[in-house]
Amino acid sequence: MSPAALELDSNWLPAGWAREKWQMRIRHITRHIAVFVLTTLIAGFLGATLVRFGPGFEADEQQLDPRLDATSIQALRASHAEERNLLAYYVHYLGRMATGDLGISRSFARPVSELLEQRAKVTLQLMGAGLAGGWALGLALAIPAVIYRAPLYDMVVTTFSGFFLCVPSAVLALLLFFANGPARFAIALLIFPKVFRYARNLLVDATMQPHVLAARARGLSGARIFFWHIVPFAAPQLLALAGVSLGMAFGAAIPIEVLCDFPGIGQLAWKAALARDLPVLVSLTILVAVFTQLTNSASDLAAALCTRERR
Amino acid sequence: MKRLRQIAIGVLALIFAVSLFANFVAPAPYAMQFRDFVSSPASRHFLLGTDELGRDRWSRLLYGTRISLLLAPAAALLSTIMAVLIGGIAGYLGGWWDRIVLRIIDIFLSIPWLFLFLIVRAMLPLNTPPLESVVLTFSVMGLLGWAAPARIIRAGAQSLRNSDLVLHARACGCRGLRLLLVHIAPNLKPVVWAQFWIAVPTFILGEASLGLIGLGVAEPLPSWGNLLRELANPQVLMSNPWVLAPLGVLVVVVSCFQFLLPQKEFAQ
Repeated sequence: MSPAALELDSNWLPAGWAREKWQMRIRHITRHIAVFVLTTLIAGFLGATLVRFGPGFEADEQQLDPRLDATSIQALRASHAEERNLLAYYVHYLGRMATGDLGISRSFARPVSELLEQRAKVTLQLMGAGLAGGWALGLALAIPAVIYRAPLYDMVVTTFSGFFLCVPSAVLALLLFFANGPARFAIALLIFPKVFRYARNLLVDATMQPHVLAARARGLSGARIFFWHIVPFAAPQLLALAGVSLGMAFGAAIPIEVLCDFPGIGQLAWKAALARDLPVLVSLTILVAVFTQLTNSASDLAAALCTRERR
Repeated sequence: MKRLRQIAIGVLALIFAVSLFANFVAPAPYAMQFRDFVSSPASRHFLLGTDELGRDRWSRLLYGTRISLLLAPAAALLSTIMAVLIGGIAGYLGGWWDRIVLRIIDIFLSIPWLFLFLIVRAMLPLNTPPLESVVLTFSVMGLLGWAAPARIIRAGAQSLRNSDLVLHARACGCRGLRLLLVHIAPNLKPVVWAQFWIAVPTFILGEASLGLIGLGVAEPLPSWGNLLRELANPQVLMSNPWVLAPLGVLVVVVSCFQFLLPQKEFAQ
């Protein structure tokens, strides 16, 4: 009898066991969703708290306008009265959010949802191009390092990638911009050294596994060993890195968008932070928290599937 | 590798010593404005030229290096201490405490560090004096940068708690603080040390990124971040390539810190 036939699956299990297995899965998914929602809500509240209790929250550049009289300044202050009681503001905000209303931006005088919709496209394009380029370059440099194991190549590429680890992403973007190069590629230059180093270490570790040695001893071709025995072994951790690299790309996008004048989410965050725009900052915090958690959950799920497939 | 580490330590020590004695080495105070030599190119009097306010770039680079090199390790130390206290104790105690701490870490990690820092830094009063802005910038970095190292230290403490050596110590009657200080803390030291060395260049680059977008150390105090702001002006960059000097020093210093990091821990 083949090993596959011996493998137990839900069809082989008695009805009670299969039901219990499904119940366990549903419990696990429910718990994951509950943690996801709770983390997002707390992250949003944390963002609002930081803004509200920041020592400069009450300061408003508009109030320094010499043309305004005492009544106008008083009216300006009264317009922010709702934001003073943080808990009430946040509960009210969540209630409105449920209906798709994220409030009106203080500094842009436009609906926050409209601002986010417009700017998210720019940031997603910037991040998408950067991540695709960074991963392609990182893997393209890591795979030969694993296959050929040439110390000189390894040293040259490590030094080359190390340089980009030491330069702020915004400086890279500026230099590319002035050299008439694609400033969007700055995120790729930030991501690729990390992908290269991590992927190389993981793949080298995978080549030293006993099953790879056994595959070599049986005379399998290099390509078959690499794609069937090395890559699946390293895939779960590479997928975890993919989730982390999204967060890194967003962090890098903020200064790049500000300095290169890309009208994206990063630039919006910067402008909103300078203007102490609470509705925009709370919405952005929640959006960023949701995005980060979704990507992390997706990479965790993909990694878990890879691990199961490997077993 | 050992030779490279020695060279890195030597280079760092040299840069640190020169910047530490900036008061004696720098030809002019960092805020002094030579109004007759505004935006002048590099010369015998002004090694790296002057900026648009007539301030000597070489002097500002020396003072800026001192600020970044003194305060980034201080911020890294603060975040590492917080990570040890929060993550290490959570890993050691386990149970509910561990779960709560893990959730808090997840919340902090769900928001990118630079975004969080941008919000907090921008919330400071508009008229923050320069010296206070330096302390606040690096303090906030230290206070917000603990989550990632805390997760790693927690994992280290947890694996040590379940290790044979701790089991043996427990069987010999070792409990509580003694177990923590004598058996767990010394074995956790390499992980903590690696986290510290990872944090220093991260904070240096973080301050540089913030300085570039005008949220770092306030003028007239120099730092690598606000010195790099000159790069945003292409005309200055074309007429005086010496404005790239702070970037060169930054790359050298961060590279040296990369070499200081124990390779085994970095690979892990």
